[in-house]
Amino acid sequence: MDLLEYQGKELFRGHGVPVPDGRPATTVAEAVEAAEALGYPVVVKAQVLIGGRGKAGGIKLAKTREEVEEHAGAILGMDIRGFTVHELYVERASDIAEEYYAAILLDRTAKRPMAMLSRMGGMDVEEIAAKDPNAIVRVYVDPLLGFQDFQARRLAFDAGIAADVIRPAGAVLAKLYETFVEEDALLVEVNPLLVTTDREVVALDAKVTIDGNSLFRHPDTAAFRDVGSEDPQERMAKERGLTFVKLEGDIGILGNGAGLVMSTLDVVAQAGGRPANFLDAGGGSKAEAIVDAVEVILSNPNVRAVLFNIFGGITRCDEVARGLVTAFGRLEVNVPFVVRLEGTNDEEGRRILAEAELPNVHVEKTMDGAAERVVELAKAGAAVS
Amino acid sequence: MSILVGTETKLVVSGLTGREGSFHGMNNRRYGTDLVAGVTPGKGGQDVEGVPIFDTVHDAVAETGANTSMIFVPPRFAADAILEAADAGVELVVCITEGIPVHDMLRVYTHLRRGPTRLIGPNCPGVLSPGKSNVGIIPAHFFSEGNVGLVSRSGTLTYQIGNTLAQRGFGNSSIVGIGGDPIAGSSFIEIVDLFERDSETELIVMCGEIGGEEEERTAEYIDANVEKPVVGYIAGFTAPPGKTMGHAGAIISGSKGTAQAKAEALEAKGVRVGRTPTQVADIAAEIVGAKV
Repeated sequence: MDLLEYQGKELFRGHGVPVPDGRPATTVAEAVEAAEALGYPVVVKAQVLIGGRGKAGGIKLAKTREEVEEHAGAILGMDIRGFTVHELYVERASDIAEEYYAAILLDRTAKRPMAMLSRMGGMDVEEIAAKDPNAIVRVYVDPLLGFQDFQARRLAFDAGIAADVIRPAGAVLAKLYETFVEEDALLVEVNPLLVTTDREVVALDAKVTIDGNSLFRHPDTAAFRDVGSEDPQERMAKERGLTFVKLEGDIGILGNGAGLVMSTLDVVAQAGGRPANFLDAGGGSKAEAIVDAVEVILSNPNVRAVLFNIFGGITRCDEVARGLVTAFGRLEVNVPFVVRLEGTNDEEGRRILAEAELPNVHVEKTMDGAAERVVELAKAGAAVS
Repeated sequence: MSILVGTETKLVVSGLTGREGSFHGMNNRRYGTDLVAGVTPGKGGQDVEGVPIFDTVHDAVAETGANTSMIFVPPRFAADAILEAADAGVELVVCITEGIPVHDMLRVYTHLRRGPTRLIGPNCPGVLSPGKSNVGIIPAHFFSEGNVGLVSRSGTLTYQIGNTLAQRGFGNSSIVGIGGDPIAGSSFIEIVDLFERDSETELIVMCGEIGGEEEERTAEYIDANVEKPVVGYIAGFTAPPGKTMGHAGAIISGSKGTAQAKAEALEAKGVRVGRTPTQVADIAAEIVGAKV
């Protein structure tokens, strides 16, 4: 779960990471109110989960009330690389002396947290690496020992940051690590990590990703979830406990188990089709979950054909077949379905489907055959409409 | 032979009194696994269909000689259950639980690396050695004894590929699900290495998926250390970047962790990669056929 800048900074404040004063706003009036309370000059910042806000015109300096009105009005509703701006963050402007880069992340290969520091901040990390690979210094952290002072010193000296801020920058790194662990983050990135003209070290930006599996112990963070900006179909799936990712094609996909569904998408693509979604109905899928899944898949108007690919292990094929029959009874289904049932109780499942005589449901025995069939049917559907 | 579980396995299940734990624990026992104990704090002295329940894993190990633990407890308690099993001295912990926080697993992983206990999972279907022992949720009736070692990050995809192989007449030495989480207790490299040293295994099939760099590292390892033929499969060629595809670990981060890069890394080291489960079976048949 990715957090917006102001949400990340709220977590930072809780752990003593210095950040400039600021307030979120969702309207021009709120932005003006925030600026008046903070004192000018302020920076009006678009709150979207995508980088490159500044280049896109989503971050503007305002020295007067009129300028806040102008910039807030322009930025709210702006589209930044596909993300619509619904929220602003109004922050007191900082006087910039140096811009560094700091991050704590999970290194999956080493299976350890990694702390990173660079004296070249203000551009994205790939850009830093391209300009000078040695400009980014890294240390691994032992999760049982935590981040040590010597590691902060090594990062600071090796990165070559200004001598007078080595201690405060080290202190900020330690607090970022504390945030990373105590908030169950997968990533805490500060770019730029600022040295002000008063030689204070502050986090001018915050990019924080929280482990979704940890939200049971972080109710405040869980409340950050921005339901309004989620895709409505993905939200509908989430509310029904289905694992769903929307894609751009026209073939609805349902399978059981994440790996099998990924594999199904690939096999459909190889057969010349374009999947409309990833949907994992889960191990042990029961009839009711199948009804929910069909409803979510069909809520996408692009879908011209649907493929059910079930390999029954714990999941019983007869349960899936019953679910499909129930779904056809409850929902209006106007597109063809291809159903492949193999594994536990597959013969019973196929018998149930045959007896129900569902309109436009095609039963296939193999994964490859089912993929080819659904691609044909989707193309035929596209030709008709 | 087989790897990880076999006729020597004496199993203790944490969470045996729960609905899922008892269902799968008893399934394992019916298959022939020597299920010796269950653990549920506060239920010591009870039994589940004759299997004694203990309050602690330490009691279970002391009383029954259990050497393998299966974890079937909810995610927020799972890290503690793994640590308890390791502290009680079992050799192998198989954690089925999905949804354990990553930071919990970081601590558990780091701790276990410093001791003798091996962890498989979490978020995995377990380990099956056909004809000998089943520890986990793999539907055993699809698989028979044979010479193919199968290791995978995914459950149902393993069954799909295993079943496709079975239809060509292949059986399995062992089937190992290492799990779909970012921090897995055991890596492809470790399992491939066990198969390389297993006398029953003649061919190794590894099923990877998007996310991380495990498959790339395994390609390097195979090139330097593995004599037996390896066939690969990678799921997620059509997965978009930045989206978690069901498994917590299955995510393309920026340009890293794509299926294309993994398949190319394996192929560059001479590992043939099937583009569909059916192709995996075709390649396996070609290789073993050519050997006979």
